[in-house]
Amino acid sequence: MNRYLLRRLAQSAIAVLGTVTLVFFIQRLAGDPTLLMLPEGATREDIETLRRQLGFDRPVIEQYLDYVWQLLRLDLGQSLVQRLAVGDIIASRLPYTLYLAAAALVVALGIGLPVGVLMAVKRDTRLERLLVAFVLIGQSMPTFWSGILLILFFAVTLGVMPASGVDGFHSVILPAIALGALTMATFARVTRTAVLEELSRDYVPAAQAKGLRFRAVVFSHILRNAATPIITVSALEIANLLAGAIIVETVFAWPGLGQLAVQSIAARDFPIVQGIVLLGSFVAISLNLLADILYSVVDPRIRLEGRA
Amino acid sequence: MNAPLLLVEDLSVAIGAARVVDGVSLSIAPGEALALVGESGCGKSLTARAIMRLLPPAARHAGGRVTLDGRELGALDADAMADMRGSALSMIFQEPVASLDPLMPVGRQIVEAVLAHRRTSRGEAAKLALAMLEEVGIPDPVRRMAQYPFELSGGMCQRVMIAIALICRPRLLIADEPTTALDVTIQAQILALIKRLRRETGTAILLITHDMGVVADMADRIGVMYGGRIVEQGEVFALFRRQCHPYTKLLLKSLPSLEGERRTRLSTISGTVPDLHSWPPGCRFNPRCPLAVDRCRTDAPPLAPAADAAHLAACWETARMAELDR
Repeated sequence: MNRYLLRRLAQSAIAVLGTVTLVFFIQRLAGDPTLLMLPEGATREDIETLRRQLGFDRPVIEQYLDYVWQLLRLDLGQSLVQRLAVGDIIASRLPYTLYLAAAALVVALGIGLPVGVLMAVKRDTRLERLLVAFVLIGQSMPTFWSGILLILFFAVTLGVMPASGVDGFHSVILPAIALGALTMATFARVTRTAVLEELSRDYVPAAQAKGLRFRAVVFSHILRNAATPIITVSALEIANLLAGAIIVETVFAWPGLGQLAVQSIAARDFPIVQGIVLLGSFVAISLNLLADILYSVVDPRIRLEGRA
Repeated sequence: MNAPLLLVEDLSVAIGAARVVDGVSLSIAPGEALALVGESGCGKSLTARAIMRLLPPAARHAGGRVTLDGRELGALDADAMADMRGSALSMIFQEPVASLDPLMPVGRQIVEAVLAHRRTSRGEAAKLALAMLEEVGIPDPVRRMAQYPFELSGGMCQRVMIAIALICRPRLLIADEPTTALDVTIQAQILALIKRLRRETGTAILLITHDMGVVADMADRIGVMYGGRIVEQGEVFALFRRQCHPYTKLLLKSLPSLEGERRTRLSTISGTVPDLHSWPPGCRFNPRCPLAVDRCRTDAPPLAPAADAAHLAACWETARMAELDR
């Protein structure tokens, strides 16, 4: 642990606190939540009772501290619809979303990285133009559209894939492609730029001058040097995958957090929405921290700061 | 001269439509040191890169042959050429720190050079690397092996580059301004190191520089480049004594000297190096040349014997060189 990582850890803690605060006050800004929680035509007394029950009659600061204390005990409150702990509901859906996101990440990295490297190395060839078109498709197809096309073609016309739901390994393939396409395109573009940048560095001809073949220079020098921007983008993209899951899970009837979020918004089950937002923010912040830790693994200039 | 080690015939390099290296021919005997000198942009570095077949992406080979030890390098496929680099001919560069991979310990970068050419274990290669680091005068080599380029000084990095270049005992070392980026005391050390290694290993050297002092110290012969062409070539001391091309003469006159009057103004060559894309026809030096006549503006003079058979110059008016002394 050096100063760099300690500083980043402190920054992350502040970011988490900031998110929690923001979520709390945005909720308050949206007006009195009790009005939204009760059915239309509720009496003034009903409203007052619920308000007291939920503690909304107390000063805001007191409510805020209470809320933070609750979160510190990992208590996200109760669902308004199902009368279950929000934490339990989220926990039951989380594995599905993680499974889908991981599969999408495999698609995105597995295709995006090699395509990006090829685009850089085979610059100005027919192959590059072909790959550019491929990446452009991945980038510009809206997820709900590509998802429906995938279902139409593979599930309806060819009948080789299930159209929706979770039923064995097969069922994750189409949603993973739909979810991963945009991320794949981003990885390909970032990788291409990073590799092109490294290709112009002085150490490339120098490494070739000692007898390394071009392929060896790419694999043992260029890729590692190009990793920093790719890691940065990975952190952002994994967070984006979770956001994209909201659409993909709806299209493919995938019982994950995205679907839960859509259902909860429709049902005005705010504690759940809030829980999902907090979880998402926490994941995004953690990924960024992880990316910073990875930089220092990849780049000795960060790791050895102060040693030389 | 008997069979040359390196023979470059009519080599040309183009960037777009501009021939930035235009019909360069030179040869280096085994163990000999040839210096290519000239202003920035005269094509000397590109000549070196073209010999290595490592031209930057914007530049392309536009004719000519390079033969090393009887093998035509241009005829080799990419893998065979890669095998030649580092084992038969090596190169060190102007920016030693940037020439090393910033994310790899320097020891491993030397080991890589060994493993590119020899079937041996990593451990054996590491032993060779360690011995080579000692040979290039790096103190505490065991510790240095594990360090990254950013932990070493520029001079240390250039020593590492020299270790990488020479570890497989190539017959030719191309040194492209190896000391330009270093400070003066370190320059002297690196030059002394190259000289010592040359003496010990018999490696021939193609030295690219713009520093006449370095040339006098290091080279047996000198080739002066201007506008992508060699304008004068000869033994170092013969050429320092007598110049047969106006550019060489004016270049040497523009150097500060320890002898003679102090407080005299340094002479300069009037005008600037023309843009790559607008070289004049005829002799490329003609717009700046005080001796230029009509013929210089239409016909390019060939590189031909001037003072004697070993001293070549590309000038129509060599006979009038004495006029420049006035």
